[in-house]
Amino acid sequence: MNDSGNVYKQHETIAVNTEAKSAPIGHGRPWMDPTIEPFIRVEGVSKHFGDFAAVDRVDLDIYQGELFSILGGSGSGKTTLLRVLAGFEEPSTGRVVIDGVDMAGIPPHRRPVNMMFQSYALFPHMTVAKNIAYGLKRDGMRKAVISERVADVLDLVQMSDFGPRKPAQLSGGQRQRVALARAIVKRPKVLLLDEPLGALDKKLRESTQFELANIQYKSGITFIVVTHDQEEAMTLSTRIAVMDQGRFPQVGTPTEIYEYPETRFTADFIGTINSFEGSVESVSGSEMSVSLPALDMTLQVPVKNGISNGDTVCLAVRPEKIWISTSPPETADTAVLTGTVEDQGYFGNLSLYRVRLETGEIIQVSAQNRERQSERMIDWDATVHIHWDIASMVLLKE
Amino acid sequence: MNTLVKSSDRLVRFVNRRLSGRAVNQLMVRIPYIWLLLFFLLPLVIILKISLADPVMARPPYTPMFDWAAGAVQWFQGTLDNYRAIFNDRLYMYTYWSSVKFASVSTVLVLLIGYPMAYAIARAEGKWRTIFLLLVILPFWTSFLLRVYAWLGLLNTYGLINKTLMGLGIIDAPLEMMYTDFAVYIGIVYSYLPFMILPLYASLEKLDGDLRDAAADLGAGPVRTFIDVTLPLSLPGVIAGSMLVFIPAMGEYVIPTLLGGPDNLMIGRVLYDEYFFNMDWPLSSAIAIVLLSLLIVPIMILRYFQDKEAAA
Repeated sequence: MNDSGNVYKQHETIAVNTEAKSAPIGHGRPWMDPTIEPFIRVEGVSKHFGDFAAVDRVDLDIYQGELFSILGGSGSGKTTLLRVLAGFEEPSTGRVVIDGVDMAGIPPHRRPVNMMFQSYALFPHMTVAKNIAYGLKRDGMRKAVISERVADVLDLVQMSDFGPRKPAQLSGGQRQRVALARAIVKRPKVLLLDEPLGALDKKLRESTQFELANIQYKSGITFIVVTHDQEEAMTLSTRIAVMDQGRFPQVGTPTEIYEYPETRFTADFIGTINSFEGSVESVSGSEMSVSLPALDMTLQVPVKNGISNGDTVCLAVRPEKIWISTSPPETADTAVLTGTVEDQGYFGNLSLYRVRLETGEIIQVSAQNRERQSERMIDWDATVHIHWDIASMVLLKE
Repeated sequence: MNTLVKSSDRLVRFVNRRLSGRAVNQLMVRIPYIWLLLFFLLPLVIILKISLADPVMARPPYTPMFDWAAGAVQWFQGTLDNYRAIFNDRLYMYTYWSSVKFASVSTVLVLLIGYPMAYAIARAEGKWRTIFLLLVILPFWTSFLLRVYAWLGLLNTYGLINKTLMGLGIIDAPLEMMYTDFAVYIGIVYSYLPFMILPLYASLEKLDGDLRDAAADLGAGPVRTFIDVTLPLSLPGVIAGSMLVFIPAMGEYVIPTLLGGPDNLMIGRVLYDEYFFNMDWPLSSAIAIVLLSLLIVPIMILRYFQDKEAAA
């Protein structure tokens, strides 16, 4: 991770942010500690189907005990990468190393890896207990040990009473728990989860999300979660790899990904962002001035490597970083823009406004609804003043 | 096609106008029952009735069971002699046994050949799958009888197979393949293979690939995965296919007649002979009823276990 994607106006802000990103080395952030060996190394892995590269030369280091998410839309290659890790697909190029062992040529049933399938893939002809016991049986464990381990893991996922049931007799949420239990009962070195919460309804997903993180913490197993749900990835993960067209535009902690997106894809994919194209007018020392025609203003931002006069750059700011009010703000260290509310969306806890500036540019602003609707002043066609801290803007690569 | 749909629409509208919706529904529900009653139950009852009669030189060649006089049944006459004859004659009993043997061995052979084929078709890519399925169904476009006759040409003493083998110098004298058990098995296996492949394919194709992956992921090698997951989940297809092969093979007449010799007895042939050559309708009816019972018993047992499985 580097700081170059961030734009700071004031020197102090840089100091604060740099510290926040590098402070606690080691504990809880093994990727910051150069002395710790990564547990899983993905080195230059590609997977081609005909001419199409589902996964395209990716590198990834994942550390022991992480809850690592691979976040991407459908067709981004995330499931293919997971299947490469599980051994269902042989990579076309590159290699996968798990706990120091090169996985090349090792079939799925000999890998120290278990997978929780998106479809759960519970054996319909076996009871819950038999489903869970299956992997242990294959390892040739004694019956007494197996039933003990099965009981333990059923307890962990709070399904103790469901051992004799068949999968068809369970609800979606219960099946999800059984699938998780079956995947962790062998105590794999790595657990791969393909859209683990994808089939659950929203409410259940929210509660299960925390439970999943809790089980990960208790079991100490390294989790690699594939998901298309940014919210799920944000709340669950130690780190997120954003995936697009078989590549990783960015890998980082949820905060890094959200607050300091490096590319326009990442910024757009995770949350909403207002981005403005501009051209670099002058570079002087550590700062450069960028003119943004959409806002009709010129901003001073820190220089990023490789940028010179006349380059086109993209500056972006998230909707919640913008203040909006009907009266001009009294103190603002930056230019205040004026516009009219063209549209608004009420979400209960917050409202989203689409503000049209005099230049014609539309900016999305979100605001907490601290007051009741009837008492709020901002309405359709209201003239509003918006402004934001330039330090909360980010410079994006295309 | 379109005009067919249109005219059937018109018919439905016409019927609807004449009858209330409820009556139409009732009729629709009953049509299959009426069909079964007329074309399955009634003939069965007639056969049962004939099997309880004595043969006579008359037309029809059996004694009437009821004596109708003044519009009422005067007396009822039935005999179990035909059944006694079957059970006391070692030839009939041997023939039943022989039929069961031919049918079950053939079913096992068809299953062993059909399963890998169905599996390969189910695992093939979309385009190939259609082609393979078409190839399986293709023989149905030719008459069954002709296809069995074709085997005569292949298996004959101076048929294609013997000529080829002798031409290649592999054998000196022709193999005796015709009119043997071997020929009957070839005929049954060849003819009934599609009936095994299609239901097997249907259940294998439904099988979720994730389940195989899950078994592999949990430590099962390919063989183990097949035994633990693929095979048990394709069992409905195995049972359906085996029934579709075993039941008609039991009563098979054409194949043992054309390809088998006098020693390769099957009950279908005996039945035919009793009926057409000996004109003993009551005895052949009794043979048919016993055959039916032989077939119904395993089906009933199977259904019982299936119901128990479903209830569990």
